[in-house]
Amino acid sequence: MRIISLILLAAATFALAGAGPALAEPAKLTVYTYNSFTADWGPGPKITPIFEQRCGCKIQWVGVEDGAALLSRLKLEGKNSPADVVLGLDTSLTEEASGTGLIAPHGADLSALKLPVAWNDKDFVPFDYGYFAFMWDTQKLATPPKSLADLSAAGDAPKILLEDPRTSTPGLGLLLWLKTVDGDRAGEAWKSIAPKILTVSKSWDEAYGLFTKGEAPLVLSYTTSEAYHRMEDKTDRYKALIFPEGNYMQIEVAGMLATSQHQDLARKFLQFLVSPDFQKQIPTTNWMLPVIDIGADLPPVFGQIPQPTKALMLPSTEVAAHRAAWVKEWLEAVGQ
Amino acid sequence: MAFLEIEGLTFTYEDLVMRFDLAVEAGECIGVIGPSGAGKSTLLALIGGFERPLGGAIRVEGQDITTLRPAERPVTSLFQDFNLFPHLTVAQNVGLGRHPGLRLDAADQEHVARALRQVGLEGFEARLPGQLSGGERQRVALARSLIRHRPLLLLDEPFAALGPALRGEMLELTDRLRQAEGLTALLVTHDPNEAARIAGRTAFIAEGRVVLFDRTDRVLGSSLPEIRRYLGS
Amino acid sequence: MTAARIGLAVAAFIVAAILADYAALLWGAGGADVANLLSDRYLHRVVGFTFLEASLSALLSLAAAIPTARALARQSSFPGRRLILQLCALPMVMPSIVAIFGIVAVFGRSGYIAAMASSLGSEWRPSIYGLGGILIAHVFFNMPLAIRLLLPAWGTVPAESWRLAAQLGMSSGQVFRLVEVPLLRQYVPAAFTFVFILCFLSFAVILTLGGGPRATTLEVAIYQALHIDVDLPQGGLLALLETVACLIMVAIAWAVGQRIDFGRGQRMTGLRFDGISLGARLRDSATIVLATGFLVLPLAALLYDGLRGLLFARFDGGPLLAAMLVTLALGIPSGIIATVLGFPIAGAADRLRGRRLATVVIGIAGLAGVVASPMAIGAGIILGASGRIDLYAMAPYGVVTMNALLTLPFAVGVLRPAIARNNAQYDRLCAGLGLSGWNRFRVVDWPLLRRPIGLACGLSTAAAMGDLAAIALFGNQSLTNLTLLLYNQIAAYRLDSASGTALVLLALCLATFAAIERGVGGRGVS
Repeated sequence: MRIISLILLAAATFALAGAGPALAEPAKLTVYTYNSFTADWGPGPKITPIFEQRCGCKIQWVGVEDGAALLSRLKLEGKNSPADVVLGLDTSLTEEASGTGLIAPHGADLSALKLPVAWNDKDFVPFDYGYFAFMWDTQKLATPPKSLADLSAAGDAPKILLEDPRTSTPGLGLLLWLKTVDGDRAGEAWKSIAPKILTVSKSWDEAYGLFTKGEAPLVLSYTTSEAYHRMEDKTDRYKALIFPEGNYMQIEVAGMLATSQHQDLARKFLQFLVSPDFQKQIPTTNWMLPVIDIGADLPPVFGQIPQPTKALMLPSTEVAAHRAAWVKEWLEAVGQ
Repeated sequence: MAFLEIEGLTFTYEDLVMRFDLAVEAGECIGVIGPSGAGKSTLLALIGGFERPLGGAIRVEGQDITTLRPAERPVTSLFQDFNLFPHLTVAQNVGLGRHPGLRLDAADQEHVARALRQVGLEGFEARLPGQLSGGERQRVALARSLIRHRPLLLLDEPFAALGPALRGEMLELTDRLRQAEGLTALLVTHDPNEAARIAGRTAFIAEGRVVLFDRTDRVLGSSLPEIRRYLGS
Repeated sequence: MTAARIGLAVAAFIVAAILADYAALLWGAGGADVANLLSDRYLHRVVGFTFLEASLSALLSLAAAIPTARALARQSSFPGRRLILQLCALPMVMPSIVAIFGIVAVFGRSGYIAAMASSLGSEWRPSIYGLGGILIAHVFFNMPLAIRLLLPAWGTVPAESWRLAAQLGMSSGQVFRLVEVPLLRQYVPAAFTFVFILCFLSFAVILTLGGGPRATTLEVAIYQALHIDVDLPQGGLLALLETVACLIMVAIAWAVGQRIDFGRGQRMTGLRFDGISLGARLRDSATIVLATGFLVLPLAALLYDGLRGLLFARFDGGPLLAAMLVTLALGIPSGIIATVLGFPIAGAADRLRGRRLATVVIGIAGLAGVVASPMAIGAGIILGASGRIDLYAMAPYGVVTMNALLTLPFAVGVLRPAIARNNAQYDRLCAGLGLSGWNRFRVVDWPLLRRPIGLACGLSTAAAMGDLAAIALFGNQSLTNLTLLLYNQIAAYRLDSASGTALVLLALCLATFAAIERGVGGRGVS
């Protein structure tokens, strides 16, 4: 009899788990995004009720591993994708994404945008941005590198933690950063950086985890990481490094799918992304910078963290055209 | 002084407290019979050193062996089954009796051959136990026992799994070789006829005690209730 | 007989599903360029590295497991033996990132060993980012597994053999050479292969501890092909290559040795006499302590960090509790289904022993969860489902089903030898009594096979509880289990909270495993 009760228990658990929300009456907007966006401390839970009230609809979030996985998911699903909006790609991937023909023009009013670079993309709406920067553990290293050139100097110290450009957007970001600064000599620069690399992680999560465990004094992250540690951990221990050559930008974007069944809703959502109601949640939930001026809603600590002297970014078309080759160059320089 | 003296050897198994007293002369073959669970195999295990007694002593030729390890005792055991290592050849299995690490020189191999001849398995050196019949396997085990030249032979129902004719043959063979080598033997058996055939004296064990130890015919003909219950009238 | 047919049908279905999945990828975007792919030098290097790390990992794991299993077998009353064996089940069900952090906490540049070195005044720091780190992590995962795979071997030695060895005066070394080595020769090939395959398909460990792109395995290449380049035929072909390589190893192992027997920590069928002496006991104790230490140190680090995280960091009680419930609600059904599927498959494996094709199909199905590339399966599912099935709405069912299939190898591995032994002993009796079908199961099989069933269910449930792949695939944001919560916390800089979550996950896995093993398996000899 034990077995029967066990099976019944299993069936009950199964059924309970599967008893998701019944068919919702209001229209459902399906938004693909990365998991941390919809986590309890992410922007998702905060902005969902606001938008749902405005549009009289329901948002169904579908979480994917990370930004890079979003694009591959779209490509895999193709025209059959149930997604209405995809949120979380970044500018290094937009050209490729547009190239799939799956994205429809957003038609949103972007006059309030306040980005360090001009925004001309007709397909994608930016919703936050940040600067890549090496985070420095002041307790583990006395003098940090002062510039990219410093980092590419000879020697195998200090140790740095990097992400893999094949699997992570910060990883790709550093690749593009070096390309922008060193151009054709990027390969050489990587060869000099290689001995300092402690390890190359699959994603930012593992790298930052190892960083905070004290494995290495430097990790590739964002300037806003310092804002988090100052504001939430109340510590000055971790600082962002600004390089005179400039810091590479990452702009995260959202777009709507041409195959969407809810084109109106999708457009409304995209417009919502650049509205103050959405933008003022970004700094303390996604820990990135808002794309519009939210005035006093921006916590002061964001003004206190180091500001880059130069904002670098390669045009998306160039990235799309050369990414494979550049990754190969990286592999050869770092992977022998 | 008897060859084998067992004095007040105590052991507990589950709820049964066993206490054995026995004196065996050199060159004797002693039958050990009794109902199952009485302690027959335990007695042999205690003598062999595979179980540790709670008290009492075992002496062979006056020497106290109670605390000695199995290999140090002047004892060889033959079990009902699993006497051989299945992955070693007949020669190797017997050779273990000469050297436990199988470092055998020419003299050792000659001894192995002789032992096999004695049990009638000449030429079986290269065979594996899996290729032998039950009787042949027990003969290999017997050969190994003999090759060790230990004075005391403990036989725990070694022929129980064989057919009647074969059983008889093996008994004859064992007894013949035992006498030729001058070994003392204890034979645990559930078949009183086996005891009748080769054992001069027999011990009847019940409830962990030696109830009667006398000439075999007297034991088998005894009118003690336990024995009558066991043998059937 | 019908049970065996059911088992075969289920097995065939699983194999067909995998083949269909690969086929979908291969022909996804118009066929694959096999010749070009196979001659790519980069691929050669990747395959070579994968074989290297998998072989070394398996060799080291076994080299560590054999003496430890031997010591545990010999010292059947070693204090804490039962707990040690239960802990051995833990590494194989841990999410990789948790294990990585545990290992880094001990062996990393700022780990315990480094701290010891610096307190002794040394500048030396352990360097685990490279092949060395990969091997340490793999041995951490797989040595315990290998110990549990090998330990039952000693249980098949009759008590008489040990008595003989003692009486013949065999020394410890002679016992090893003459008794244990032939025994191991039967069990080691299968254990080696299982560990090899697990390491062959390793992914997160390789990327994080590998030290750089020099350490690229086939699974990483598949990930790149499917998720970055979205080159489906390439991904499908690499996945096929990976699976075929694994199956070849399995075939070799089948030819060389005996079946795998997961078994449980068995008490010896008879007392071992060569383990009594003080010297033997000291040596064995040292071996056991050393191995256990290697296993326990990272666990202790995780415990410490986790407690700190739970007590001192911001406590996300609500999400944690919700995630615990989700973990259990998704894990337990998976484990049960894996066991319910595994039983007929294992039974079929025994009944249809003689039929070549059936054996192959069943063998592959039984190992499907470990030889099929999870990346490829995931991509195939997305491909197949798009437009036809709403993955999001199906999420709970999908996650449970996928995890059931992924953990099936554990269940089959435990059940097959147990069922085989049971059948060998009681088939004739049951046939004579006319006992078959459900009656036979109720009266004979269930009571006698309760313990292996309990172990199978416990293992697969615990493994399913640590899942990330399936839940990430189905993307339903209301379905967050502890592993996903962990990743989300790390992504939000809440690393201390993440440590706490990791501890909760491990504790929950261990508790559930023990509860199922006891509850389903019942009490019995250890």
